[in-house]
Amino acid sequence: MHALRLGLRMLGASVRSQMQYPASFVIQAIAHFAITGLEFIGLAGLLARFGGVRGWTLPEVALLYGMISVAFALADMIARGFDAFGSLVRLGDFDRLLLRPMSPALQVAASTLHLRSLGQLAQGAAVLAYATTHAGIEWSAARIALVVAAIVGGTCLFVGLFMAQATIAFWTVESLEVVNCVTHGGVETARLPLSIYPGGFRFVFTFIVPLAAVSFIPAQALLGRTTSALAWAAPAAGLAVACAGAMLFALGTRHYRSTGS
Amino acid sequence: MSPYVAALSARFRVLLRYRAAALAGIVTQVFFGFVRIAFVDALYASTGAPQPLSHDQARAYIWLTQAFLLLGMLGVDPEIASLVRSGNVASDLLRPVDLHSWWMARVVAGRAAPTSLRCLPILVLAIALGQLHLPTLEAAPLVIASLALAVVLGAALYTLVTASLFWTISGEGMGRLVPAIAWFALGIVVPLPLLPDWLQPLLRALPFAGMLDTPVRIWLGHLSGADALAAIARQVAWITTLVVAGRVLVARGVRRLVVQGG
Repeated sequence: MHALRLGLRMLGASVRSQMQYPASFVIQAIAHFAITGLEFIGLAGLLARFGGVRGWTLPEVALLYGMISVAFALADMIARGFDAFGSLVRLGDFDRLLLRPMSPALQVAASTLHLRSLGQLAQGAAVLAYATTHAGIEWSAARIALVVAAIVGGTCLFVGLFMAQATIAFWTVESLEVVNCVTHGGVETARLPLSIYPGGFRFVFTFIVPLAAVSFIPAQALLGRTTSALAWAAPAAGLAVACAGAMLFALGTRHYRSTGS
Repeated sequence: MSPYVAALSARFRVLLRYRAAALAGIVTQVFFGFVRIAFVDALYASTGAPQPLSHDQARAYIWLTQAFLLLGMLGVDPEIASLVRSGNVASDLLRPVDLHSWWMARVVAGRAAPTSLRCLPILVLAIALGQLHLPTLEAAPLVIASLALAVVLGAALYTLVTASLFWTISGEGMGRLVPAIAWFALGIVVPLPLLPDWLQPLLRALPFAGMLDTPVRIWLGHLSGADALAAIARQVAWITTLVVAGRVLVARGVRRLVVQGG
């Protein structure tokens, strides 16, 4: 509990520092929202030109797009601290974190609350709102809970991926850019129905990095395209990835050899 | 040898050593290539109606944009940014060279070197997969010309945006805004011809099309003859405009620059 309160105070400090230039921040958030909005309009235009993709209409694709964008934006806000982790290790600053009576993972995560992602969050929410009203879903308490679960699961998944990406810094001196394939590439992949991808992709993104479990599979359940009960429990996979990421980070911390400072 | 050519060649050779980063970039770009091709395949499978790009052309387009991806690099040059922020740009100003041309030389090398490292393996892969063909003999000189102009055009825009550092110091605002705006106007996520028809005039008017879309389209034969020459002329026009604007901005910026000492 004490650690949590400390974490919140660190986040507060980060927020205050970002709000030092309020005009610049607001402009950037609005611009980010507009630009990601344009991206979606481009996608909409494309789908209009081709009449949907593999049987998925625009509102249905919007459901996928919205859920994964919101999840990613939330994860980006929370876990941006892990971006700078590579330099933390390289400069030997991680030792300072280890000396403090607080979990190092929590310290890294709490170092930044990336407010700029609010622009993307708003855009994802807008797309999701469009999808909920136009995709012809019969809403019930269970379905709403599934959407929330999918978003929470997605956030956990991306946070886990960010942590895993940062953990690589323990062993190579820089974190591998290739992992961006999985995080940013993953978002782009998950925004579209998984059925359009070749078998290898589908396998990787269902079982190895279970993006499908937090976007495609719940979306299928929501749209009534599948009645399997497993689809409703799928978002739990995101939590599993978060746990795996945290465990990986703890493993790296345990075997950490400082580079000195 | 002129100092600018020397700077360009030196930077070029230094950047050619970054093989590990190039390898990581190639893997990432190939991955995104497969993802986007899957999307395009699914789109074309959904309808038989004729489109501005044929299915094969769309696939080739995506491979070409992935291969030459770094030609679309935008934002603020991080090395110059740290020079301005630390005040070390003063040592650049003490040199008997024109600052804008000096920066242009570095930036041109900064785009050409990593691109040339990455483009060949991706092009070879695409051709091996049968999803890309070499340009025709008559198109080849135009392709080469357009590619060269694309490098310079991108460099001119990059330098112009970097010059805004003299006002904002941190490079956060413009450095993020410009790439974000340009992102879909470059044709990387969605091939430009496939974007809605009402957007096409706007896309043609913007400089971003000349950075990646124009040479790609000439390669594919989508733009040929008079159209290709018109597109190349647009590239030249934008280069001129952006270089002039960049020089003006740098001159103004240098005049108001306050170096904090150190």
